[in-house]
Amino acid sequence: MSHLLDRLTFFKRVSDRYADGYGITTKEDRRWEDGYRKRWQHDKIVRSTHGANCTGSCSWKIYVKGGIVTWETQQTDYPRTRPELPNHEPRGCSRGASYSWYLYSGNRVKYPLVRSRLLKLWREARAKKKPVAAWASIVEDAGKRAAYVEKRGLGGFVRASWDEVTEIVAAANAYTIKRHGPDRVIGFSPIPAMSMVSYAAGSRYLSLIGGVCMSFYDWYCDLPPSSPQTWGEQTDVPESADWYNAGFLILWGSNVPQTRTPDAHFYTEARYRGAKSVVICPDYSEASKFADLWISVKQGTDAALAMAMGHVILREFHIDRQAKYFADYARQYTDMPFLVRLVKSGEHFVADRLARASDFAGEFGEANNPEWKTVAFDEATNEIVVPQGSVGFRWGEKGKWNLEEKESKGRETKLRLSLTGIKDEFAEVAFPYFGNREHDHFAGTDHPSVLPRRIPVKRLRMKDGETLVATVFDLLAANYGVDRGFGGDNVAKSYNDNVPYTPAWAEKITGVPRDQIITVAREFALNAEKTHGRSMVIIGAAMNHWYHCDMNYRGVINMLVMCGCVGQSGGGWSHYVGQEKLRPQSGWLPLAFALDWGRPPRQQNSTSFFYAHTDQWRYETLGIDEILSPTAPAGSWDGTFIDFNVRAERMGWLPSAPQLRQNPLTIAKKAEAAGLEAKDYVAKALKSGELQMSCEDPDHPDNWPRNMFVWRSNILGSSGKGHEYFLKHLLGTTHGVQGKDLGETGRKKPKEVTWRPEVKGKLDLLVTLDFRMSTTCVYSDIVLPTATWYEKNDLNTSDMHPFIHPLTAAVDPVWECKSDWEIYKAIAKKFSEVAPEVLGVEKDVVLTPIQHDTANEIAQAIDVKEWKKGEVEPVPGKTMPAVAVVERDYPNIYKRYTALGPLMSKLGNAVKGMSWNTEHEVELLKRLNGEVTEEGATKGMARIDTDIDATEVILTFAPETNGEVAVKSWEALSKTTGRDHTHLAIPKEDEKIRFRDVVAQPRKIISAPTWSGLESEKVCYNAGYTNVHELIPWRTLTGRQQLYQDHLWMRAFGEGFCVYRPPVDLKAVKPVIDSKPNGEKQVVLNFITPHQKWGIHSTYTDNLLMLTLSRGGPIVWISEADAKKAGIADNDWIEAYNSNGALTARAVVSQRVKEGMCLMYHAQEKIVNVPGSEITGQRGGIHNSVTRVVVKPTHMIGGYAQQSYGFNYYGTIGTNRDEFVIVRKMSKVDWLDTPNGDQPESLAVVSKMEAAE
Amino acid sequence: MRETLNHIVFGWYPYLCLTVFLIGSWVRFDREQYTWRSGSSQLLRRRQLMWGSNLFHVGILVIFFGHFVGLLTPIWVFDTLGISHTFKQWMAIVIGGVAGIACFVGITLLVHRRLFDSRIRKTSSFGDIAVLLLLYAQLVLGLATIPVSLNHLDGHEMVKFMNWAQGILTLRPGVSALVADVHPIFKLHLFLGMTIFLVFPFTRLVHIWSAPIWYLGRRGYQVVRTKRPQAARAGDFAPGTLSKAELAHRPAPSRVAPAE
Repeated sequence: MSHLLDRLTFFKRVSDRYADGYGITTKEDRRWEDGYRKRWQHDKIVRSTHGANCTGSCSWKIYVKGGIVTWETQQTDYPRTRPELPNHEPRGCSRGASYSWYLYSGNRVKYPLVRSRLLKLWREARAKKKPVAAWASIVEDAGKRAAYVEKRGLGGFVRASWDEVTEIVAAANAYTIKRHGPDRVIGFSPIPAMSMVSYAAGSRYLSLIGGVCMSFYDWYCDLPPSSPQTWGEQTDVPESADWYNAGFLILWGSNVPQTRTPDAHFYTEARYRGAKSVVICPDYSEASKFADLWISVKQGTDAALAMAMGHVILREFHIDRQAKYFADYARQYTDMPFLVRLVKSGEHFVADRLARASDFAGEFGEANNPEWKTVAFDEATNEIVVPQGSVGFRWGEKGKWNLEEKESKGRETKLRLSLTGIKDEFAEVAFPYFGNREHDHFAGTDHPSVLPRRIPVKRLRMKDGETLVATVFDLLAANYGVDRGFGGDNVAKSYNDNVPYTPAWAEKITGVPRDQIITVAREFALNAEKTHGRSMVIIGAAMNHWYHCDMNYRGVINMLVMCGCVGQSGGGWSHYVGQEKLRPQSGWLPLAFALDWGRPPRQQNSTSFFYAHTDQWRYETLGIDEILSPTAPAGSWDGTFIDFNVRAERMGWLPSAPQLRQNPLTIAKKAEAAGLEAKDYVAKALKSGELQMSCEDPDHPDNWPRNMFVWRSNILGSSGKGHEYFLKHLLGTTHGVQGKDLGETGRKKPKEVTWRPEVKGKLDLLVTLDFRMSTTCVYSDIVLPTATWYEKNDLNTSDMHPFIHPLTAAVDPVWECKSDWEIYKAIAKKFSEVAPEVLGVEKDVVLTPIQHDTANEIAQAIDVKEWKKGEVEPVPGKTMPAVAVVERDYPNIYKRYTALGPLMSKLGNAVKGMSWNTEHEVELLKRLNGEVTEEGATKGMARIDTDIDATEVILTFAPETNGEVAVKSWEALSKTTGRDHTHLAIPKEDEKIRFRDVVAQPRKIISAPTWSGLESEKVCYNAGYTNVHELIPWRTLTGRQQLYQDHLWMRAFGEGFCVYRPPVDLKAVKPVIDSKPNGEKQVVLNFITPHQKWGIHSTYTDNLLMLTLSRGGPIVWISEADAKKAGIADNDWIEAYNSNGALTARAVVSQRVKEGMCLMYHAQEKIVNVPGSEITGQRGGIHNSVTRVVVKPTHMIGGYAQQSYGFNYYGTIGTNRDEFVIVRKMSKVDWLDTPNGDQPESLAVVSKMEAAE
Repeated sequence: MRETLNHIVFGWYPYLCLTVFLIGSWVRFDREQYTWRSGSSQLLRRRQLMWGSNLFHVGILVIFFGHFVGLLTPIWVFDTLGISHTFKQWMAIVIGGVAGIACFVGITLLVHRRLFDSRIRKTSSFGDIAVLLLLYAQLVLGLATIPVSLNHLDGHEMVKFMNWAQGILTLRPGVSALVADVHPIFKLHLFLGMTIFLVFPFTRLVHIWSAPIWYLGRRGYQVVRTKRPQAARAGDFAPGTLSKAELAHRPAPSRVAPAE
């Protein structure tokens, strides 16, 4: 009835009385209560998660009401842990809880969008021409091309239909493949673990057409190269539950409550259990309040602190008193007993490479790979032995690649750590010292650049004459400057001596009182000794973003290894960055890179690629001589950084994309004409100069990347270091670059690379798939509306917990959105229709670098030799990239995309050097997904039609989710190690995790040899656990944890052992500091970009709910002292700039920030509340507007056991913390909200005019 | 022409306004229960609200009831009570004037707050601002009638308005002529007054209907809104499917049965 009429029943209202009339009973209408009742009534509640590259990887309940996603709450049904261990839930945070805002927000991309100028050109051309010809007519006409390229980022999108927009993309791809080559079509998408199928959608399409997938882990600078260097492992870390098992927890540059929010409860619980905790970070972070001791270290000097702690640990636990547990651990699990050759250099010796069996006459009877078998002294017999487990045992023979304490003939052996007792003499060995290099903002000491120290050595007869050798342990102790009573200089008896690396020395560099250093080191080690390794360091990407990050990390790793913590429950190296742990990796690889159709795929390391193709190398300010070691062996150490990169690419160390200046589709034919196999032809033609590698001339139009896909990423708004260089050179649009290039400034140009006039706009087409209008979308030519994380089916895993769990579609994609899988399927379909205009079945010649975990990884044992210089013959896969021919069936790309190809039955599956047969799984998939019934190339094969079909492919092939495969993979490993590991999986052999299983509840993965930890009812997942407990070697040269890096380039750059290296001077401040005064005071600050509280990368930074919780736009935190110097008050608009560009933000003035640095939380979107810059006249940039990457030669090393290339495993990384910016208050805040053209001019122009007047 | 216009504005327009006012309120009350609210912004900012809101509400309530009683009480009642027109006119001027000034101060504060407090301004709808300005204008007009009224203290103009208002409510045709020759400021005031009735259902003014005067006459301190079926009687606990035996094991109802 009517609410009103009900109200009018005055006389019937009170129906009853009770309690002497104090209470009344009425019959009022109660329908209003339904509002409350319906509050928690929903159409359905669906399990999904957020693919934001967040290690939280929390499972969420998504509520749907009336067909609309209303909100989300945390799932609480994770499988339980075991007794006495806290559970994983509760997991979640305010960021995840705000996600549903995006679905129906104004920032949602709802329709396919195209830059209007491009669409007009396309429609004109398409009216007369076929698709590929139409695209050709646009991009081959410089005027037409410029018409849309130069307007990128300036608005002007219009809607188009899916049919039209996929046709443009397909035509552009087909044209590029035909005209330039498939390796000019590139795709950037990061972090498969956050949505595996979505990643695989694009990468499968690209891999089928021969396009290039770009790496991300190294580019994001999340990859710590120290991990592959030390362990031969990209990154493997304990799950967060293992923190609870620790007795001593150091948080070093990791802000657990802020950036690992859902896992922080384990930290709290560990504290309640009684764990001691020290937090080391410059600013008073959220984590600091958890600490027993907060150490405020000067930013960028962590290595000095770690070295001083290492000094204390060596002194008290290895030298003055040898802790038995530590010695046993060092002997069996580290390279400390192995012998290093010493060579004379001037008046001193320097440490050379590790001695190998091949150095000795007779080679100890090792016929197989003697150059790759390292040697040590046996303690009992004092004879030299070849211990099992080095990389030489991994390939070419079976059964001896393990960490049993045996030498290669099977005799028991106990390796000698120090030569003290059996030495022939002492030798003065020179160690490089970098702490004396001048830097305006970092304190140094005045010790000499070369520090000779005395160590015990043996004199041995080798093939090349008498040679001195020392153990890694003796060299390591000397490197730390620990006085062992051998005499000589540069060693310290007392912690108070001012000698590198004593606590007193570190006090000067780091600002940390020596007492704190000594106490922490002592307690850290003592706990590890008593608990057998339960001391842990939780470390974030913060320290890894410095140019000399390897030193920060190796300093910490050394501490852990000295204390036997790695591979022990509650101990070890907990490096948490992005969502790197793709647990069912080996099941995912075939789907993602179309390994079922063709091998190898094209993969490129992004840092080198962007360094070259955004032309950041043209502005290089750092010289090789600034980082070269004073003890570098003689060699060709001149040139610039890109020269080193080019050399690495030519030697097969790093990948190249584009690969050759010539179209790779034309090469097979030429080889046939020459009567040669493709690989022999390529080697010959490269040597003769008939073929050239693209890397030697990145600015030549033949070598430009032409088409770029970006999906699941906001590269221009987040990770694009050197943002303004991207805009200027790769995109060719308005930009804020302030500096001058090497040509203009007349500085030294590269030797190996052709210098050309400035190039703007290499990309013909930039296509971005996103659900929100991100900064990257704004700069794209085509934006495709994709499904949100509540509108598709996918899989998700993390390193923080052992579960695999799904994304599921709570609602269908809204408006015209489609899932990534469906979008690429649509593009593949259109491509198959369009391609026959110019492409048929083609032979594609693919170059790949020498890969880690393959038999080729032992390619260049002793020395670095370049075929280009005639030092050696070009041999594919040995001294140059490997060459393969892959068949591309361009008209059948769609059919191949949607079916499981024949190679899985033919070649099986492989990961990390283990391979196994998969015929059984292929048959299972045919029954599970159904067979293709349509006539054609794929009839009878298993279907991969929907996103759920794709998840089943992953789950079926992965040992982590298919027990049968797990057993097979452990069997494969057992053959190599000679030890039976199958007991780790046999109890779960019948277990098969399917998509609907994880939809019902997250599932724990099955232990697999892909990873070095176990997931069991007894231990938490902990990295290195199977190395220590199953005696599986680390995948390094010695097979042990390698503290000495003996590659020539490592030694040349002074990083054989860990040393302290101050931040590099990128010289970006001086050229511009007085160029455009605005009347305000300025202050120069170190620019630090940690992860934030109000977003996960750039996601949520444009979300109204999260913006409301912060300051609603970009902010930069500065200290009270610096704010005072520059006259800045809290909430003032400020500008930070240097020669790379400028950004605008509000200032947060806070006492938690250390003087001399500023914090700009990484990835605050440029599209929300960002005014114009007084410096550039453009809209103020993102945090990366003031950065530029500099690559590091030691990260380019390849063909050398653990230092061999792997996609996202090794390679150059995008460091950015050494950068300084000028911060000043803005005098005028201009929102640039007038039409383009009548914007006020930048200060530069204004001040010039004023001067003229 | 003038007459026609006058008839439309003061003869027809009142019925339009009243119809919209009544039916509109009803429809909104029945169909949009969740929108039936005063839209208080006290949560966002208390500043200026304590003085502004209280002065305004006290003032406007006095004025409202003054108009209500003054206009709609039949003239013979006043005559019977011996209240002269002059006295009534004075009363209107004095009480209305005092309340009007209080209300004016209050609404000025509220207008200032609504327009110049950015937080309040940003969260205001068009209707919020419009209705406030409408009331402001109406109040100013009302106060502006005082000098005019001082020119005819015998109250004969006032009687015109009383007759007109009562004529409208009693559906007497042709009453518009009664106010044809009054001072334009009165006409404007009347017109705006009727307009307020017109927009009433579409604004936060609907909260006037829900003034919690029920509290004044409420019996009992605890109110139980029963869900018992119509036939149920006091003392019967609507046992549904439960047997007496089962009931015996249930905890005693917290509610005491009436003594009768």
